[in-house]
Amino acid sequence: MDIPESLEEIQKKIKNGECTLVQICKEYIQRINLSENNAFIEVFEEEALEKAQKIQSKISANNAGILAGMFIGIKDNICYKNHQVTASSKILNGFESKFSATAVKKILNEDGIIIGRLNCDEFAMGSSNEKSFYGPVKNPCDSKKVPGGSSGGSAAAIAEKLCTATLGSDTGGSVRQPASFCGVIGYKPTYGRVSRNGLIAYGSSFDQIGVFAKTVQDTNLISHVISGADKYDSTVATKETHKKDIQSLQKKIKIGIPEEYLNFDNLDLEIKNRLLNIVENLKSKGHEIELLKFPYIDYIVPTYYVLSTAEASSNLSRYDGAHFGFRSTEANDIESTYENTRSEGFGMEVKRRIMLGNFVLSSGYYDAYFTKAQKVRRMIADKTTQMLQNNDVLLFPTTPTTAFNIGEIKDPVTMYLQDIFTVHANIVGLPAISLPIGQHSNKMPFGVQLMTNKFKEEKLFEISQFMMETFYKK
Amino acid sequence: MNLESALLKYEPIIGIEIHAQLNTKSKAYCGDGNEFGAIPNTRTSPVSLGHPGTLPKFNKEIINHALKLGLALDCEITRWMHFDRKNYFYADLPKGYQITQDKTPICRKGQILIRLENNETKNIELTRIHMEEDSGKSIHDLDPFNTLIDLNRAGVPLLEIVTEPVIRTSKEAYEYVTEIRKLLRYLEICDGNMEEGSMRCDVNISIMPIGSEKFGDRVEVKNLNSIRNVQRSIDYEIVRQAKVLDGGEKVKVETRTFDAPSGKTSAMRKKEAAHDYRYFPEPDLNPIKIEENHLIDIKSKMPALPNELFKKFTENYGLSNYDALVIIEQKEIAQYFEQLVQFTTNFKTAANWVMVNIKSYLNQQAIEINSFPVSAEKMGLLIQMIDENLISNSLANQKLFPEMIKNPNEHPQSIAEKNDWISSDSEEELLSLVTKIIDENPSESERLKNGEKKLIGFFMGKIMKASNGTADPKKIAQILNKSLSQ
Repeated sequence: MDIPESLEEIQKKIKNGECTLVQICKEYIQRINLSENNAFIEVFEEEALEKAQKIQSKISANNAGILAGMFIGIKDNICYKNHQVTASSKILNGFESKFSATAVKKILNEDGIIIGRLNCDEFAMGSSNEKSFYGPVKNPCDSKKVPGGSSGGSAAAIAEKLCTATLGSDTGGSVRQPASFCGVIGYKPTYGRVSRNGLIAYGSSFDQIGVFAKTVQDTNLISHVISGADKYDSTVATKETHKKDIQSLQKKIKIGIPEEYLNFDNLDLEIKNRLLNIVENLKSKGHEIELLKFPYIDYIVPTYYVLSTAEASSNLSRYDGAHFGFRSTEANDIESTYENTRSEGFGMEVKRRIMLGNFVLSSGYYDAYFTKAQKVRRMIADKTTQMLQNNDVLLFPTTPTTAFNIGEIKDPVTMYLQDIFTVHANIVGLPAISLPIGQHSNKMPFGVQLMTNKFKEEKLFEISQFMMETFYKK
Repeated sequence: MNLESALLKYEPIIGIEIHAQLNTKSKAYCGDGNEFGAIPNTRTSPVSLGHPGTLPKFNKEIINHALKLGLALDCEITRWMHFDRKNYFYADLPKGYQITQDKTPICRKGQILIRLENNETKNIELTRIHMEEDSGKSIHDLDPFNTLIDLNRAGVPLLEIVTEPVIRTSKEAYEYVTEIRKLLRYLEICDGNMEEGSMRCDVNISIMPIGSEKFGDRVEVKNLNSIRNVQRSIDYEIVRQAKVLDGGEKVKVETRTFDAPSGKTSAMRKKEAAHDYRYFPEPDLNPIKIEENHLIDIKSKMPALPNELFKKFTENYGLSNYDALVIIEQKEIAQYFEQLVQFTTNFKTAANWVMVNIKSYLNQQAIEINSFPVSAEKMGLLIQMIDENLISNSLANQKLFPEMIKNPNEHPQSIAEKNDWISSDSEEELLSLVTKIIDENPSESERLKNGEKKLIGFFMGKIMKASNGTADPKKIAQILNKSLSQ
């Protein structure tokens, strides 16, 4: 059975009686069960079918929510009441959440169906989805390649059409980078746009729940639903959310390009050329392009890793075997409970980041690392604001290369440098989207990234829609 | 070595940290109820249990509590502040960090006046007051094999009040903690109950040779569950440290616990060698800005504070320092007194009625002044009746006051009239009464005339009885003396 890629078409099909929501649900479940890419950790089969039945009748009665017809997978670090959530870590093996994330509640209120939970790097730390307690996820475009990370399962599920849309989380590029590697749309909202309530914390001042989908409309629609003030998260803006429909682009736009990003040493030449080619095309259509200086490119990854690991080291303290989740069998007193539970329960990458975070916060090093990184963060923010003053968006690559092979990158620093183009948006809290408008001669897709000012999602989606219409090839 | 001899040689330097649990309805960062004594682990939620995905949400009521205390203590109020995380592992700290204020405490500096013997006073200067959350409770002595954890207390809001090292004696420490507790109660932000742990003290104490300027090595004493024990632990530590120094050794920098029955302190089990709390700004909570209007609003709602009342009672009402202190000890009593003096200007008598009659009735009944049935207005009328000689002091004390408690709505004068307690203040009437009793008892009056003084009591009793108790004993005595000497 063929399921259309966009919600609009799915809803049309159902309205026309061409198929039912239950049939679509069964088809997705079958696809998930047959998939060998390890994107889904768990399918909420019975429950999804039951909901499909109910929402089908709501559609017939014309009183369904705006997400009726959509099947959404959620990354394994987003809480769903009475369902397991483990951040793909042994340390939370078997843990069930007592509450639903605000984003999940909002989706359910609009009759979206949560179909299952998706594999990711442990505690969202990684750029390849190789660091999961449940094993690596394979890239549906080429099963020898990684899907990117940390939301690798969320990206792969969309690329393989295992559901209509997915939620991921983006702390340093964990939505946009896998979107680029898997050839799908990946969107990170403004920091403070979507409640983090129910998102397992990694780097609290960077984390945002993001969206994967095949179309800009669907990305926009889900973003519209999950955004907005929340009494459980005081860092969420009370600003009105963006509209549920995208306006079509009327005016010529101004696009800024950080030169240093374009001239980055390790940027794949074909990716660079595609970008230049897109720029030429836009110019020819009368849009304005401005090359910008961004002198902080060398500081962007270190700043991110100092601050995010500092927050992570504290956020992950609660996994100690005392109150919930995994506890080592070698736990005899309080010391051995902590030591053995955390030694056995966390993977190597998580331990590395906890150690790093504790180091940069420790007395004697705090000012040299944490305080300095905070200052650099502010400088980057000021510079970025300035770069966006005369431009509607900034345009640059999402990833320096296409997806690499599973097991190929072993050195952690090389892996961290995968985030070179994505951490910028997290450091300054801006909304950014990766659009699948690149195709490499190596047969792998790659994304192009747009970033704009805080809370200018409407404009971002408007331009994204235009870019997809102009440059996306199926 | 005893305390006296230790103090001849060494000077103690004392600083105190007080943790006051705020009596907000809910906890600091979530909606869990904030109450003492609930069944363990029933005042919890995913937030206070530190479950994955939960976020703190600041309870703004805490700010108002902190501002009240800050204003009462004359502190500098921080206008722009943030929270910090203090990271450490312990089983009663589910998140693995405490949300507190490190770099930007809500209040800085400030001071409180304490009263010492011989009308001496001293200002105790404060370093800071900051907002933070309490941990849960580890219970080590309930189960022989396991430590039990109660997380009802986890996330209860606290104010930590820190003094400069300016306290010099255990008596000053006693008075300081007493004053802070009184203030917390006046402001109605903490019940100050040290036994239940809603107010807790840690004492930092070191000693140095008299005349020295370099502070000695410091010991922290915890587990002080009464103000008396704050004083006892300091006295014990002074002697202990003096012995150590006299023995040629150094005082070990450590945390000690006070054992109330023995009155001794002992070193606590070592937790971690050197704690590095790795403080950093709490990213889950927005910084807080205190607006001028907010401060003005809090200021306008401040109740009269003990030291202001002390001044008013001694200077405006002419009460003795002692009387003033007894009355302001409890806010509600002070308020009652303030109401009472609306109805009488006989301040001294009013103070006596409050301090003696009313207080002893409250003690007897084990009730608070709020449950005292007689209104301040009626008490005022009673005092007026005495002032106007409508009733004798003794009848007012022994008969009318108890009757007013039984019939609090009735006018005291009508009670007195019904019972025929109104003084017959006419000399003539009294004189004829006295004459009558003398005539009825000729032999006794003869003996009294001949100097048998003990018979005065006999006549007084007879006369009082005949007057139905309304006669003023002083007057009777005068008239009796006059009649017999004639």
